[in-house]
Amino acid sequence: MNYFPDEVIEHVFDFVTSHKDRNAISLVCKSWYKIERFSRQKVFIGNCYAINPERLLRRFPCLKSLTLKGKPHFADFNLVPHEWGGFVLPWIEALARSRVGLEELRLKRMVVTDESLELLSRSFVNFKSLVLVSCEGFTTDGLASIAANCRHLRDLDLQENEIDDHRGQWLSCFPDTCTTLVTLNFACLEGETNLVALERLVARSPNLKSLKLNRAVPLDALARLMACAPQIVDLGVGSYENDPDSESYMKLKAAIKKCTSLRSLSGFLEAAPHCLSAFHPICHNLTSLNLSYAAEIHGSHLIKLIQHCKKLQRLWILDSIGDKGLEVVASTCKELQELRVFPSDLLGGGNTAVTEEGLVAISAGCPKLHSILYFCQQMTNAALVTVAKNCPNFIRFRLCILEPNKPDHVTSQPLDEGFGAIVKACKSLRRLSHSGLLTDQVFLYIGMYANQLEMLSIAFAGDTDKGMLYVLNGCKKMKKLEIRDSPFGDTALLADVSKYETMRSLWMSSCEVTLSGCKRLAQKAPWLNVEIINENDNNRMEENGHEGRQKVDKMYLYRTVVGTRMDAPPFVWIL
Amino acid sequence: MDEFVNLKETELRLGLPGTDNVCEEKESIISCCNNNNKRALSSDNEKENESSSRKTETSPPRKAQIVGWPPVRSYRKNNIQTKKNESEHEGQGIYVKVSMDGAPYLRKIDLSCYKGYSELLKALEVMFKFSVGEYFERDGYKGSDFVPTYEDKDGDWMLIGDVPWEMFICTCKRLRIMKGSEAKCLSCGV
Repeated sequence: MNYFPDEVIEHVFDFVTSHKDRNAISLVCKSWYKIERFSRQKVFIGNCYAINPERLLRRFPCLKSLTLKGKPHFADFNLVPHEWGGFVLPWIEALARSRVGLEELRLKRMVVTDESLELLSRSFVNFKSLVLVSCEGFTTDGLASIAANCRHLRDLDLQENEIDDHRGQWLSCFPDTCTTLVTLNFACLEGETNLVALERLVARSPNLKSLKLNRAVPLDALARLMACAPQIVDLGVGSYENDPDSESYMKLKAAIKKCTSLRSLSGFLEAAPHCLSAFHPICHNLTSLNLSYAAEIHGSHLIKLIQHCKKLQRLWILDSIGDKGLEVVASTCKELQELRVFPSDLLGGGNTAVTEEGLVAISAGCPKLHSILYFCQQMTNAALVTVAKNCPNFIRFRLCILEPNKPDHVTSQPLDEGFGAIVKACKSLRRLSHSGLLTDQVFLYIGMYANQLEMLSIAFAGDTDKGMLYVLNGCKKMKKLEIRDSPFGDTALLADVSKYETMRSLWMSSCEVTLSGCKRLAQKAPWLNVEIINENDNNRMEENGHEGRQKVDKMYLYRTVVGTRMDAPPFVWIL
Repeated sequence: MDEFVNLKETELRLGLPGTDNVCEEKESIISCCNNNNKRALSSDNEKENESSSRKTETSPPRKAQIVGWPPVRSYRKNNIQTKKNESEHEGQGIYVKVSMDGAPYLRKIDLSCYKGYSELLKALEVMFKFSVGEYFERDGYKGSDFVPTYEDKDGDWMLIGDVPWEMFICTCKRLRIMKGSEAKCLSCGV
């Protein structure tokens, strides 16, 4: 394949952007590997402990954009102790030392400190884009460094982070010369916002396309902001409480009408539902609507809003919408591709309003649906079979029946057949979470049919090791497997050790896996980090004299090329 | 403190015997280890007779909490519940954030779990591994670099301990353990 000079091949590679494709290219031959690594600008690292920054930089010296993920997914649900790991500081330090021209950093589930943000802001002259998702460990002081020092900042996108809000003046730390902002998302900040600084910042940012405000931005400020940013495409409304006759509300209505580019709406963290009609004029343009934090918007106001949104592709909503509300969505939003229905009552009062009927209605009305996350009270096999028939194009299917182990509420059977129908029909399925009463049979179906499945989340399911074995043997593309409270043990864990080399990670908590099983696995597979996480300070499990037959509370294993990590806290034991 | 411990043992509440109260530093870490008990169809199960003592779903007002269930991100859980707590303090717990100067992470505690300032301060001392010194009505806290403060409904930072406990839990929005020079200013006769 050496017909072309390297520069030409490199130019061709420029058109290949997906990291999967780039990884494939680099495996073709040595020459392509070399060309590819010098031309690679964006790198995605799904597990920050699979590699270290030094090796990363040796291979990709021209790195401009880095995406890093830290804690395992179940950390979202408090199953991983806070101090487990995922620290970004060593990465930023190494990148700074190497003088690489970093422009973009995207982090998910990592521990970020003010010190790291300060170092980041000072080390990379062309730094443009910071996206933090579900991170923790920093304060608004860190944000102030970013604002003050990153002269070409384009994106500051903070999604669902735990940030200690010192109510400082971080917004006023953006210098007057900063006019390059495209994305500003601080919806997750709890404290007061300097509204004057915010308005001046928005007014001098002609390229601002995405603005997501926090709770502390009231309606009159929103009106002024929208008036000076009519080009806005993506808006997160903060506090939306107001009296509909007031002058601010009139100004807001006028400003909204001018926002003809608005495509995505979210927020309404505190809302006066009767004021929603101010947004009706632009609803017909909306492709994305996220009302999943708007606990006060439901009933007729919600329905009226949705009825205007005929072009919606993405909808995130609370289950207070009810089955009837979902029927309205099904008949209005024919372009719908992604739906998420979150539970509004987390203390289990049992008065949530969506059932299998809502799901069936959506599947019947929205032929383009490919991603769903659905929390509900009950489900039936018949409904799932119907959904599978209506929507064979699912890529992501996540169903959470709130009560663990609940069977089909009509037939009292397990839901094996229903989920079996889903995996059989949806040949492109990449991600699956199931729930309800499930036996080994569902795993037989998954292993048999889910050929493209990359991520599977299992909770309170299965009967024997066979269940897990069906999945490990059948799903050739499995990358992330996470299991909790299911009766899978050492036999399944150890059956095919080489399988884990093809996977990113495996999480098992409250299962039947024992310490000696984990030790045997670690011995057979030195290229794996097998972590035992034990918060009860029983680190020295074997000293209790149980000879390793003790069950392991939490095990997390992942492939790595850099061996044991050095930053593990005392309650994490790496075998 | 002993009286407090005994009260807990005899307290009527939902949840398994021996599980911790939900409001302590760590959430109940008893997850459903005995998952065999839920296999209604499995008959080879030697642990079946334990199933009666294992309740995962109970009736209102509050279901026994399974850690990490339903699988909703903690950020989302906190933000939906915050609204409820702001409107009704009874029965739902009064969760407030606690920050300590110099610590990278915040914590959350349920003020309704404590009967008074001494219990609250003791819990904070354990959680963050420090000590507050002694409280004097006139001079504030003496004998330590750390001063416990809280933010009230008006947005002002107040010294913990000045107002009656019942008033405190109604007006307290968040806690902050101040350290160093900032703390000294507050504690020496403002």
